Amino acid sequence: MEALKQELKEKIINILNLEDVQIEDVNDNDALFGDGLGLDSIDALELIVMMDKDYGIKLADPKEGKAIFQSIETMAKYISENRTK
Amino acid sequence: MSRGVAITGMGIISSIGTTVEENFNALIHGKPGITAIENIATVHKNDIKVGEIKRSNEELAHELGLPVDNNFSRTALLGAIAAKQAVKNAGILDINEYATGLISATSVGGMDMTEKFFYDYLETDENHRYISSHDAGDTTHKIAGELGLKGMVTTISTACSSAANAIMLGARLIRAGKLDRVIVGGTDALSKFTINGFKTLMILSDTYNTPFDNNRKGLNLGEAAAFLVLESDEVVKKQNKKVLAYLSGYGNANDAYHQTASSENGDGAFLAMEKAFKISGLQPEDVDYINAHGTATPNNDLSEGRALIRAFGVNVPDFSSTKPFTGHTLAAAAAIEAVYSVLALQNGIVYPNLNFTTPMEEFDIVPQTVLKEKEINHVLSNSFGFGGNCSTLLFSKS
Amino acid sequence: MKRTYINGTGCVSAQKTMNTAFLEEIIINENDNILELTLPDYKDFIAPAAGRRMAKGVKNGIVASARAMKEAGVENLDAIITGTGMGCSVDSEKFLKALLDNKEEFLTPTSFIQSTHNTVGGQIALGLQCKAYNFTYVNGAVSFESSLIDAKMQIDEGEAATVLVGGVEESADATMNLLQLSGAIKSKSEMPFSILGSETNGAVFSEGAMFFVLEDKKTATTYAELIDVSIYNVLEKDELETKLELFLKHNNFSIQDIDAVILGYNGDTEFDGYYNILSQGVFKEATQVYYKHLSGEFNTASAFGLWVASHIVKLQEVPSVLQVNGITSKHYKNILLYNQYRGQDHSFTLISQC
Repeated sequence: MEALKQELKEKIINILNLEDVQIEDVNDNDALFGDGLGLDSIDALELIVMMDKDYGIKLADPKEGKAIFQSIETMAKYISENRTK
Repeated sequence: MSRGVAITGMGIISSIGTTVEENFNALIHGKPGITAIENIATVHKNDIKVGEIKRSNEELAHELGLPVDNNFSRTALLGAIAAKQAVKNAGILDINEYATGLISATSVGGMDMTEKFFYDYLETDENHRYISSHDAGDTTHKIAGELGLKGMVTTISTACSSAANAIMLGARLIRAGKLDRVIVGGTDALSKFTINGFKTLMILSDTYNTPFDNNRKGLNLGEAAAFLVLESDEVVKKQNKKVLAYLSGYGNANDAYHQTASSENGDGAFLAMEKAFKISGLQPEDVDYINAHGTATPNNDLSEGRALIRAFGVNVPDFSSTKPFTGHTLAAAAAIEAVYSVLALQNGIVYPNLNFTTPMEEFDIVPQTVLKEKEINHVLSNSFGFGGNCSTLLFSKS
Repeated sequence: MKRTYINGTGCVSAQKTMNTAFLEEIIINENDNILELTLPDYKDFIAPAAGRRMAKGVKNGIVASARAMKEAGVENLDAIITGTGMGCSVDSEKFLKALLDNKEEFLTPTSFIQSTHNTVGGQIALGLQCKAYNFTYVNGAVSFESSLIDAKMQIDEGEAATVLVGGVEESADATMNLLQLSGAIKSKSEMPFSILGSETNGAVFSEGAMFFVLEDKKTATTYAELIDVSIYNVLEKDELETKLELFLKHNNFSIQDIDAVILGYNGDTEFDGYYNILSQGVFKEATQVYYKHLSGEFNTASAFGLWVASHIVKLQEVPSVLQVNGITSKHYKNILLYNQYRGQDHSFTLISQC
């Protein structure tokens, strides 16, 4: 689980091009959207594709992402329970 | 503004017809043009439905009398057909007789050819003639060439509001006395590029689009071209022209909220409508029919609906989106809907908003769902695009 | 009718045009067929979080527009009008390649969103929270001039008092490669490249972003008055002088009133003949200026031309590197710009000292 969390932090910084953010800046329970990391709806769509491509999880409705993408903690939990690759 | 700028000709090709008459017949008989995709080989063909014109590029080129080795993109082919119809409809025999301009709009330009030959270009020079057809301006040059038009030719690309802005610029050029006659409109062909682009935004419906419905799932893409001929009062008088309708108002504003999404309260849309009213001297209560942007995405219809309530109060006039008929034809949308708005004025018809069943939970307004006949003196048409671009046109009876 | 003044400029180009008065340090590169941009320091203008999705064209547009607005001392705009012939090529290519390479799977929206032609205008509006009129013109070599016509018309009619208008182009690898295949860009094997002595077809390309603040009043930062702009989709060579005379006459000017003519020579022997008609004809004895050896060719390179023209009027000098025929004038009051690209999209732009 810790490795997956680390992996997700790296991926998010990389995919979303968060140049000024370091891995250690992101805490497991920080909000990814809104006041936390400041991600927006376009980032959510990027994350949906990442879930499909890297973990074989398909989300048909962008609204489903809302609960899953709350924090690194929630993402890691969902991925570890639902991943197909 | 007096009564506005005269519209003296119209031409259109869309998935519901290849002439103005065919389009009108499909609209009044409730015959949509949304089908499975045939002309483009895409992996999404079983997941989406589109408003596709069931004619091959070869057939379109043949209709225009082009040589087999032409380098027209599909966008240019569609545009040339619609523009020629419009010029003919306006009874123009000598295109350069007056100071004449062509203002077109497109979002994809020649992308349909670029996506086909992108890697092929590197292997063989067989299709290199299409390289210069990629940019948006080439589409317009091709149309100008087909019309034999020499003069002010330009292109506007503001995503899905493009054609509204082309029509607006044409009207302003006439009002300012810069031109006597302007052919205005837009053209966009379907392409893998746009299909996949909208797919990534997760706003494509997997079935038929349902504007202003609580359970709407997104849009169907479409392809189309339409052009209008605008002429100055002097030209109309001198040639004793029949005026189809007047473009009586226009407004453009930016939502400045988000790159793709519309603001929750439809600020940009509201400002565009407000400007259009100001220029026309009309009041909201003068409007008899609203041809809404109504793409059937969750975001647009909510934002537009709220903007309509802000602009019109509780008594929003009859409104409908014609996108269940044609799909969302992107940069051409405002041009085909301008043609439909003029036809609504001429025939006293409110088109049905097809596929609507459940009112939206956020507000009480519902679209007109069946064909309605009544006296129509003024029509308002909205078009909104990425980049926060919001445009409104007002059409009035001649 | 109100008059239109150029009150601020911002230019990101292959030259050092950001923090200098006017071409103080010139880079002459005759060995590349695509000139590299002199990059501004984006961090001074765009917060990293805001810029993380932006391609260079969008960033350059934001930098150039911010510079123009700062110089003119304006914060509120009545219109934002952008010209771009090819649009946001970098993101268009990125999305197209991903689509083709991954067979339409695993695509993400960011590059698609940014591929639309009006991204630059939209992002400037978003950054400024400006809800005003916002248009983007995309018609080859008159994309910028179309924007100028629109802007001037708004000021003429009193619809707008302050307008931001600009031209942006970005070079993207695959597009540049295809333009070399089609012959629009000169072959690298033909170097060194010089524009005036060229014996080959095609042009040396580049990219850039040039923005201008136009206002209805003269201020302390005014460069010149924008008198008129006119565009023509096609012109035969034998029509050129007649069209020019009509354009000047319409503005109550004659050939003799023009102190310098700025020509869009790009070293393409197939089409530079259009410029020769004027330089060897009616403007034989006038100061002749060229600039595309500094800026490179691109659809909105003529906006670099207007940037040059504005500075000539303001500073009353034509640096020798810009001179075509060595003739200089004592006074640069009225300047005419003429541009075309491959025999299409001709434009006349007239500015005047005030």
